Amino acid sequence: MAILKLSLMSLLNRKATVVLTIIAIAVSVTLLLGVDKLRDQARTGFANTISGSDMIIGARSGSIQLLLYSVFRIGSATNNITWQSYLDLAADPRVKWSIPLSMGDSHHGFRVLGTTGQYFEHYRYGGKQKLAFAEGKAFDDVFDVVIGADVAKTLGYGIGAAVVVQHGIGAVGFVKHEDKPFRVSGILRRTGTPVDRTVHITLKGIEAMHIDWQTGAMATGRITSADAIRRMDLPTDTITAILVGLKSRTTAFSFQRHVNDYKKEPLLGVLPGLALQELWSLMSTVDKTLGAIAAFVVVSGLLGMTTMILAGLDGRRREMAILRSVGARPVHVFGLLVTEATILTLVGSLGGVALLYLGLFLARPLAAEMLGLNLIIGLPSPRDVGILGLVVGAGFFAGLFPAFKVYRQSLADGMMTRL
Amino acid sequence: MANIAIRMQGVRFRWRPQDPIVLDIPEFQVAKGEKIFIKGPSGSGKTSLLNLLAGVARPEAGDIDISGHRITAFSGRQGDTFRADHIGFIFQMFNLLPYLSMLNNVTLACLFSDVRRQRALGRAPSLDAEASRLLQHLELDVSGLASRPVSLLSMGQQQRVAVARSLIGGPDLVIADEPTSALDADARQSFLDLLFREIAETGSTLLFVSHDAGLADSFDRSLAIADFNMAETER
Ligand SMILES: Nc1ncnc2c1ncn2[C@@H]1O[C@H](COP(=O)(O)OP(=O)(O)OP(=O)(O)O)[C@@H](O)[C@H]1O
Ligand SMILES: [Mg+2]
Repeated sequence: MAILKLSLMSLLNRKATVVLTIIAIAVSVTLLLGVDKLRDQARTGFANTISGSDMIIGARSGSIQLLLYSVFRIGSATNNITWQSYLDLAADPRVKWSIPLSMGDSHHGFRVLGTTGQYFEHYRYGGKQKLAFAEGKAFDDVFDVVIGADVAKTLGYGIGAAVVVQHGIGAVGFVKHEDKPFRVSGILRRTGTPVDRTVHITLKGIEAMHIDWQTGAMATGRITSADAIRRMDLPTDTITAILVGLKSRTTAFSFQRHVNDYKKEPLLGVLPGLALQELWSLMSTVDKTLGAIAAFVVVSGLLGMTTMILAGLDGRRREMAILRSVGARPVHVFGLLVTEATILTLVGSLGGVALLYLGLFLARPLAAEMLGLNLIIGLPSPRDVGILGLVVGAGFFAGLFPAFKVYRQSLADGMMTRL
Repeated sequence: MANIAIRMQGVRFRWRPQDPIVLDIPEFQVAKGEKIFIKGPSGSGKTSLLNLLAGVARPEAGDIDISGHRITAFSGRQGDTFRADHIGFIFQMFNLLPYLSMLNNVTLACLFSDVRRQRALGRAPSLDAEASRLLQHLELDVSGLASRPVSLLSMGQQQRVAVARSLIGGPDLVIADEPTSALDADARQSFLDLLFREIAETGSTLLFVSHDAGLADSFDRSLAIADFNMAETER
C-alpha cells in the first residue's frame, strides 16, 4: 500500500513523460482492440451478406467462385445454366422458392443483375432482413430498373432516371444499348451488402437489350423499337445462378446431391454458410496479419515505457538511497518500479478503451453512411477484457527489467547518494 | 553494556572483492547519548563507515553491535527493519523526495517502521501533527512552507526537514553524513544548535561525520577516522 502510494506520487511528479508514455500505450491499445473489433464485425458482416437462402446453384465450377459471382458480384461465371434446368429444379417438390440470377452486364462499373420479382420477395441478408425500398417499387415493365443505395448515390439517380446499360463488364463496355429506354423504378434501402452496388433489371430486360446485338440489327442500324419489344415474347435462354429456398432444411443434402448429379448439364449446388466459411478461412491470413501488426504496436508501446523508466533511473538513484535509509528493503525498491510500470500500462489501457469508444461513436455515422457497416457499440467483451489483461500483464513483465536493475544498483550503491 | 550505543570489533570492510580494504577497525565504541564528531579527508571511508553502521553494507570480518543488537548477525531483511526502527539518517544534501510534501518527507521515516510510528503517535495525535511539531521546533514556518514543493526550499530548510525526519519516532542513533557541507557558516551553526536541541530531547546518540574540523568543538567527543581505522586509504 505504502509502495503504491509512493509510486503514484512519483509518477505524478513526472507528468510530462508519464502522460506521453500513457498516450503511447493508450493509442496502441486502441489500435489492438479496434483491429480486433473490426475483424469481428467484418466477419459477422461477411456472414450477413446473404441469409435465408438454402442453396446457391450455378454451372459446375468451384464453390468459392460461385459464391463470389452470385453473392459478392465479383468475377464471372464460366458457364451458364439453361432455362430448362432452372424450370426443372424450381419445380422440385423440395423447393419453396427460387430466384434466377443472370449476370454479365454492367452500368458505369456497377454490375447489372437480371432477375424476377421473386428477388425482392425472398432475398435476405443480415439477420434474415428483407430488401426494402427507400423510394419507388419493384419491376412493372420490361424496362424498369431497381438500383442499390450506392448506385443511386454515386450516379445521382432518382426515380425515373434513364439508365443506359452496357454489354460486357467494366466501365467501358463493348456496345452501349443506348436505344433501350431503361428507367429507374425503385431505389433500395442500404443493406451494407453487395446489393447496394447492383443494378437490377428484369430477365426480359436482359434479353431486350441484347436483341438487336444478337440479330445483328446493330450493324445494319435497324433497331427494334421499345414498344415492339414490349409486345415481343422474349424467352430467356440461359441464366447464371439460382438462389433456392427449401421447404425444409433437412432436405438440403438430398437436394444438393440431386443438383450435383443433375443429368442434363453439370451443375453445382453449394450451401451458402459452408461456402462463406470456406471463403473466410481464405481471408484469415489477412485477418491474422492485421492482428499481429496491432500486437507489435503494443509491444513497441511497452518498450517505450521501459525505455522511459530506464532512462529516468540514473536521476533517481538518490531517491532509492533515501528510501533505503528510512528502512525500505531492496524488494520495496523493486516493487516500486514494477508498480510504476503496471500503473502506467493499466492507465494506458483504460485510456485506450476510452479512446476506442470515442472513436467508435465518432465513426459510427460515417461507417454506416460510407460503408453500410453497422458498428455495434457494446460493453467490452470478455475477449476485450482478456486482451487488456494480457497487455497489463506484459506491462508488469516489462517493469521487471528496470526494477531488477534498480534492485542490483541499490544493493551495490548502499546509501551512497550519487548525483 | 547497556550504555553502549555502538561497538565495533575487528571490523574489516571493502566494497568489492577486487577493491582495497577501506576500513580496518580493531575497536571502536560510542556511549549512549553521546554526540560524537568524526572527521577525515575525502575518500578516508567516512561514508563507508556509516553504511556499515546502517547495516546497508556488511563487513567481511568482525562484529558490530548497536544498542546491544549484533547487526552483523542479521539477515538483510532484519537489518532493514532494524535500520527503520532504530536509526535516523541525514545525508549531505538533497535529502528530500521531490514528489512528497514537506510533512510527508518527515513522516516517510514511519512508513517502514511500526516502532517509530507508534512512538511518534505517542507524542502527538497524528503523524502529521508530530511532523509539524518537530519542524516548528526546528524553526521552520510549517504553515507557510507546507504547500510548497520541497525542491523550492532553501538548502538550510531542506536539511532541517531532514533532521525532523531522522528524529521522528525517537530513534536510538542518528547518523549524519556531512549534513552541513552545503550550508554557509551562519546557517551551519544554527543548524547544529537546532540539531543538538532536538537530539537532547529524544536522547538519541549522534554520529556526525565531516571533513570540516571547525565544527568539532560543539560535540562531546571528536575523533579523526584515522585514529581508529588502520586501513591504508588513498590520500
Ligand atoms: N558504493 C560504493 N561502491 C564501491 N566503492 C565505494 C562505494 N562507496 C565508496 N566507495 C569507495 O570507498 C572508498 C571510501 O569512500 P567513502 O565514500 O567512504 O569516503 P568519504 O570519507 O565518505 O569521502 P567524502 O568525504 O568524499 O564523502 C573510496 O575509495 C570510494 O571509492
Ligand atoms: Mg562521504
